Amino acid sequence: MSHLFDPLLVSVLLLNLFVLGASRLRSVIGASALQGVALGLLTVAAHDHITFTVTLVALIAIGLKGVLIPKLLYKAMRDVAIVRDVEPLIGLIPSLAIGAVGTGASVIFARTLPVADSYHASLALVLPSSFATVLTGCLVLVTRRKAITQVVGYLILENGIFIMGLGLIEATTFLVEIGVLLDLFVAIFVMGIIINHVRREFETTDAAELSSLKE
Amino acid sequence: MLFFLVAFPLVVAGATMLVPSARVRAWMVPATALIHAAATAWVVIDVPAPMFESWLQLGPLGRVILGLLSAHYLVCSLYVPTYLAARAERPNRVFCACMIALLGTMSLVPISHHLGLMWVGIETSTLATAPLIYFNKTPRSLEAVWKYLLIGSVGVAFALFGSFFLASAAVHNGVDTSLLFEDLVRDAPRLSKPWLHSAFVVLLVGYGTKIGLAPMHTWKPDVYGEAPSVVGALLSGGMTTCAFCALLRFLQISNAAGEGEGDVARDLLLVFGLLSMAVAAAFMILQRDYKRMLAYSSVEHMGIIAIGLGLGGVGTYGALLHLINNSFGKAVMFLAAGNIHRACGSRLVTDTIGAIRRVPASGALFLLGLFAVTGSPPFGMFLSELAILRAAFDGSYVVAALVLVLLATAFVGMSSVVIKVVHGGPAGEVAREREPFLSIAPPLAALAVLLALGIYLPDWLHGSLELATGFLEKGAL
Repeated sequence: MSHLFDPLLVSVLLLNLFVLGASRLRSVIGASALQGVALGLLTVAAHDHITFTVTLVALIAIGLKGVLIPKLLYKAMRDVAIVRDVEPLIGLIPSLAIGAVGTGASVIFARTLPVADSYHASLALVLPSSFATVLTGCLVLVTRRKAITQVVGYLILENGIFIMGLGLIEATTFLVEIGVLLDLFVAIFVMGIIINHVRREFETTDAAELSSLKE
Repeated sequence: MLFFLVAFPLVVAGATMLVPSARVRAWMVPATALIHAAATAWVVIDVPAPMFESWLQLGPLGRVILGLLSAHYLVCSLYVPTYLAARAERPNRVFCACMIALLGTMSLVPISHHLGLMWVGIETSTLATAPLIYFNKTPRSLEAVWKYLLIGSVGVAFALFGSFFLASAAVHNGVDTSLLFEDLVRDAPRLSKPWLHSAFVVLLVGYGTKIGLAPMHTWKPDVYGEAPSVVGALLSGGMTTCAFCALLRFLQISNAAGEGEGDVARDLLLVFGLLSMAVAAAFMILQRDYKRMLAYSSVEHMGIIAIGLGLGGVGTYGALLHLINNSFGKAVMFLAAGNIHRACGSRLVTDTIGAIRRVPASGALFLLGLFAVTGSPPFGMFLSELAILRAAFDGSYVVAALVLVLLATAFVGMSSVVIKVVHGGPAGEVAREREPFLSIAPPLAALAVLLALGIYLPDWLHGSLELATGFLEKGAL
């Protein structure tokens, strides 16, 4: 267990709060990219013995979540020429507050679940961080209006799930781990294509404009 | 052979991208379906040995689901060439490739016995259907596909989250697990109970989104309304079956966990099922768009199946039978609705003038389909709904009464729409539209299956269903 493990998790949590408080798309995407890099480093830090598979998962995680997907999102952002997410459904300060309360609640919820002794000592922060990050992702998905920010919300949600997978990597085998990462990439890629179509059809990527379908 | 069922469609899908002729591409869909169905028949009759360290194998549940998926896909695929011929102006390269790939990814779900691999099957199926939904590339279909991708992806993400909860249930109780379903069911009594129960809640939200149980159903009306009819038939009959198959695996693990441990899971299914039926019945009444109405009908039937599973015993048997009936019922309704839509140029009830006079065969099918999907005898759904009701009367009269009232409400709502579509409109001469054979034959075949299932349930099917029911409830009650 590396001594860098807990500091990295704390940085993931701080990035969550940063995303909730930021309105500029560039910073939101950048924060999610940093989180991706932190996840890759966490994968390495979570293991005493660095094996080939661990390195591979870490590299793919950094490559996809830290570099490739943010690049795609930056490109989409430039193509549609938007700078910031206007008027989120819930203001930035309230959503920051909800995020902070949610992080506290995650710690409490994680304590109600039984944890193996070997796991408890070394990976105590994993579960609360995972739950808090999933919560942040949901919050961004629900409150933001721009399609690109919603994709970032989905990305953060996936990051939270990835953190939970860190403690289970021996059980889940690396094949599944890599499959999950690739699936995520394809999903974001398809979303990118759709955003592009939306832009051409609607001249906007404000998901709130997508509202002709309702009862 | 099991590997072939997944790999073959994926290879053909790749090859489809290279075929220059649009007509040939369209015919490759039913051709692939036919070969896949033949291979499926073979493995269902003569179950092959497990492959890849038991990651791929065909269990009692997998046999029923795989057979259903392949047969249902075959029926729908026959509709594709006529549909694409009517839309000759649109490039169909991506549509055909994704359509064929979907067959492979859906087949992966019932035959994969590994927690992670099954999830990959559901996720790739979700992605493969996205380009199918926005085939028409209208602004409204883009809106629908955006909702589908975003809500669907979040649902699938929660399914993965729940899978990790389940893995934690093993890891945190010191159970060394391979995450194969056989091992999880065997070790179920030793799993950590708080983790197991939380896992089922998260998994129900995740896979429930793909199934379309209320209140996670909001994408359904938009997507089923905007997608081409044949895609709607595949989503409501195939994708939902896959997602239910996934949920059934976890129900099985909960049941096997010990005396009364499955109660939490079953009660949740009961609540979500009743809620789905109620929401569907409420929105079906006064529905103006007949394709959206079909989406609510799908929500209703998903609710009925969830209730059957929640009741257990004969209810589980009824739920499995209802899965089969639902797939074919949706094929009749969506394909007939597609024909009517094309002939009348509108999805609104008020604009559809006497479909039975304009397209007599499709109008008649739509009307007969109404009786089939609302559970009237002599169609198959009558029997499966009867089984679920029987389980309800054995359990609690309140549930049984609620189900009956909601079934009746849905029947009233649905028939008022369908009858207006079929018979409504001013009197007078209406030009008859030509109806190609292959636009009528697939829904007719699906209706024939429903009729056959209602009149006589073959012994082999009854046996397979009993076997699957026993398999799911091992260690329950």
